[in-house]
Amino acid sequence: MLSCQLSADWQHHSTSYEEPTLGDSPYGSLWPLPQKVQISTVVFKLSGASFHIFDAKASSSGASCRLLQNAYRRYDEYIFTSSRKQGQNKSKKALASDMSELQVWITSADSECDSYPSVTSDESYKLSVDSPVAVLKAPKVWGALRGRVHGFYSTHCLYSDEEKSINRTDIHDFPRFAHRGLLLDTSRHFLPIKVILANLEAMAWNKFNVFHWHIVDDPSFPYLSRTFPQLSQHGAYHPYTHVYTPSDVKMIIEFARLRGIRVVPEFDTPGHTQSWGKGQKDLLTPCYSGASPSGSFGPVNPMLNTTYDFMSMFFKEVNTVFPDAYVHLGGDEVDFSCWKSNPDIQKFMEQQGFGMDYSKLESFYIQRLLDIVTTTNKGYMIWQEVFDNGVKLKSDTVVHVWMGNKVEEELQKVTEAGFTTILSAPWYLDYISYGQDWQKFYRAEPLSFKGTDAQKKLVIGGEACLWGEYVDATNLTPRLWPRASAVGERLWSDRDVRDLNDAYSRLAKHRCRMVQRGIPAEPLFTGYCAHEYKGV
Amino acid sequence: LKTISNSRRCYKQWLWFMVLFMSFSVIYVDAVWPMPQMISSSMARYTLNPREFIFQYSSGSSAQPGCSLLDSAFERYYPPRQHDEWFRFPFTVVVHVERAECEGYPDADSSESYKLSVCSGQAALRAETVWGALRGLESFSQLVYQDDFGEYFVNETEIEDFPRFQFRGILLDTSRHYLPLHAILKTLDAMSYNKFNVFHWHIVDDPSFPYQSSTFPDLSSKGAFHPLTHVYTQIDVKRVIAHARLRGIRVLAEFDSPGHTQSWGKGQPGLLTPCYKGTVPSGTFGPVNPANSSSYQFMTRLFKEVTSVFPDSYVHLGGDEVDFTCWKSNPDVRGFMLKMGFGTDYTKLESYYMEKLVDKKGPKWRLVWFWQDVFDYHEKIPVDTVLHIWKGSPGQIQQELSSITLAGYRVILAAPWYINHIDYGQDWEKYYTIQPLNFTGTEQQKTLVIGGEVCMWGEYVDATNLSPRLWPRASAAGERLWSDEKMTSSVIDAFPRLVDFRCRLLRRGIQAEPLFVGHCRHEYQGI
Repeated sequence: MLSCQLSADWQHHSTSYEEPTLGDSPYGSLWPLPQKVQISTVVFKLSGASFHIFDAKASSSGASCRLLQNAYRRYDEYIFTSSRKQGQNKSKKALASDMSELQVWITSADSECDSYPSVTSDESYKLSVDSPVAVLKAPKVWGALRGRVHGFYSTHCLYSDEEKSINRTDIHDFPRFAHRGLLLDTSRHFLPIKVILANLEAMAWNKFNVFHWHIVDDPSFPYLSRTFPQLSQHGAYHPYTHVYTPSDVKMIIEFARLRGIRVVPEFDTPGHTQSWGKGQKDLLTPCYSGASPSGSFGPVNPMLNTTYDFMSMFFKEVNTVFPDAYVHLGGDEVDFSCWKSNPDIQKFMEQQGFGMDYSKLESFYIQRLLDIVTTTNKGYMIWQEVFDNGVKLKSDTVVHVWMGNKVEEELQKVTEAGFTTILSAPWYLDYISYGQDWQKFYRAEPLSFKGTDAQKKLVIGGEACLWGEYVDATNLTPRLWPRASAVGERLWSDRDVRDLNDAYSRLAKHRCRMVQRGIPAEPLFTGYCAHEYKGV
Repeated sequence: LKTISNSRRCYKQWLWFMVLFMSFSVIYVDAVWPMPQMISSSMARYTLNPREFIFQYSSGSSAQPGCSLLDSAFERYYPPRQHDEWFRFPFTVVVHVERAECEGYPDADSSESYKLSVCSGQAALRAETVWGALRGLESFSQLVYQDDFGEYFVNETEIEDFPRFQFRGILLDTSRHYLPLHAILKTLDAMSYNKFNVFHWHIVDDPSFPYQSSTFPDLSSKGAFHPLTHVYTQIDVKRVIAHARLRGIRVLAEFDSPGHTQSWGKGQPGLLTPCYKGTVPSGTFGPVNPANSSSYQFMTRLFKEVTSVFPDSYVHLGGDEVDFTCWKSNPDVRGFMLKMGFGTDYTKLESYYMEKLVDKKGPKWRLVWFWQDVFDYHEKIPVDTVLHIWKGSPGQIQQELSSITLAGYRVILAAPWYINHIDYGQDWEKYYTIQPLNFTGTEQQKTLVIGGEVCMWGEYVDATNLSPRLWPRASAAGERLWSDEKMTSSVIDAFPRLVDFRCRLLRRGIQAEPLFVGHCRHEYQGI
């Protein structure tokens, strides 16, 4: 353990990462960087008193679109709160050159205001900031949300402290990848609702659009199921204080929708299910020590019909509770030793002609589970092992690549087989090290593997994962931000956006903006924000 | 000695609860963090009712009502109010203090020992000083626990306790990032829960000068990140010192020179050495200019202020990591070297500077601390100096400990506890298993190791992540510095205790991060 100190260069203040040089980026604090952006040197003043956000007359969405009205209010607050608090807009009259309004124009006939975002949602937008009116044009509300977050709010940060101002700007923007996700783990530690909501908010600022909710796992089962309430009754850390009720889940889904974020729940089986066993008798495989049961349990018992009855009913509920078109079925890290110890399973293996190949048994289970889920009309995502083991998958399955070794080979194989895939291997944010490790996340390139253009198109995105072994409400937010922001830009911006110095300058400002809006995003390096974190 | 036995006075209860005790008592014995030197407890327990719970001075105590320090501690340690009306038995904590230094400041030789006896429906806390009483109140508060119905209990317990090391410090760096006052005060709270007793305030450094000096206001108005929002005013500093005092914590201020002074130069032109590129000044500056007598005049006046603002009898003068390249480039400094006969040995120039600095000891001038570099390079250091070991491999640290104590200096160990360095996993174990006295030397030499310090340098730390990064990792060092090494040698025994203790910290509003998978009954409610 101490050997690492031996090798350390003994300075008070050594760093293991190169320190980017501080300079101002021509793009101010824009994060993630838009696909096309032109910022002119002409500056308009913005004043909270006279500035308003409107629906454009020709827009297909109007005052009845709660999603947009909500967003207008949020961003109006973000932009002007501090100056209004300081009482700076006294009775200053707006100058003629001031910009007085932002018009939001949804151009396609169906704005999708009342629907849920999906992997095919159009998130593109065009923003033109000019005097006296700025126009934000987007085919769907999802693009308008991105535009709000991005352009408007961000550029205003070229403001001086005394008066908000904004440069004449033209932005044409769209995401490089359709799936830009963040995984939070609420099983290893329970995360109070407000922590989840705060991070959904921060996700929106960073243009993430998928909340991968790793909701249950071995340590605890906080999901309160209407069909099987005993699962959380016995499997949660506490049956009342450490659970997500149906209304909690609903609130989270709606909160996410209003920010253009999908909620993809993960119910991982057949491994990682210790907590399921507490409330659901006979679901897990009894392990044996010699000829008698040892009292401990292994993965889901794949040989009982009751298991599949249970899964049918359970996923039927999941299907109705979570509106997204996908559910994540897990399927990772199945330990075979318990199955091997159980004489009934051994017999079953024999009957099925699996020999000693327990991965066939795993596939047998997964196959049946996938069939069950298919009947609910949901698509599914699975961890890469399921694909590696040769399970037959529906063509629209998303294979989630997470293992750190041979990442490029795996991407090659998965896409060669014609499956869509998302990448997490380079973005396990729960692994921490001293210094500016955001650079490592930033440098990762999802499409560096060998393959045809068609294959590369199958990589629909990536996910930053924050597993919960060492993370709970106390340290989640500063550990996640702004490190996840690095992943956010990699997944949104053009492949060629890779200049670390430029990124550092923008990211430092972006993190101060998050801090000012109340998210305790940790510092990148020595320095300060005009408005430091007020919590603690 | 960690024994599980009864006290003579409470013999009867002991027999009563014998059976239960065999199976459960260990939980309660282990309740206090850091582990007391001697503790025994039984299963006999008393219910505490917040409505009938009082702290009271014993009649013979030299501290009596009006002792502001203990009065305010009683308020802090009063159990959370709640409404269990049905409880009938009152509970009293009787506090006895030999010497009431209620208005004083804790110092290097303040006694922190105490005896605590929870027995016959009341608790008796005896301490030589108010500082010991504070430590005892903290231990008592940790003996109190709640059952599933929210009722409070305390078990019959005997504790005799004193710190293994007199100096148990935490360094915060307010120059690389400005820490808002409330972040500092919160840290002081958590320090007292962990029985730390020194706040080493690394208040200024290269990046910024947030200390608002009344003598030289330009230092912060030009050298702070922001002259109004990112400074510590005299009132702020007083608040920190007062808050610390009430918790038995010394505030050791560090004004590091001659290196680490870039921010000083902004508000004090002429203080730093102009660096040269060939024969012309390059526009950049190096360490304090040791060739100018005005530098020493400035330092004299600044430290005169510092010693009047900070009541502790020590100030930390830094003296680490001086880079000689700028001095070497400057023709005036070279001329001075020649004049003084230093040749090309710039460590002699640094020595000269440090000696002049200490030489200024007037009547109000204090005892000083240095980082170990000063010992490594110099010979003429006053014997009452304390040296601070901050670098080296474990082997080098042992050697440094041997040689510094052999030379008769007192020493503080910080090197193993650079807690700003982070790693994946349970690195608290690394901090827990350090053996500060594991070096070659006589008993006499070992007594010169007066303690240790946890350093949280500020490159990557500000108010957003300070608390979860500090706690409970620093708690591991806290136990190492307070408790008996033999009683606390097992990481496996410590783990469940530390897990409980961190939940207790959460309950008290300290944002302490988890050690591993699991939960606390009351999770952190912020974001």
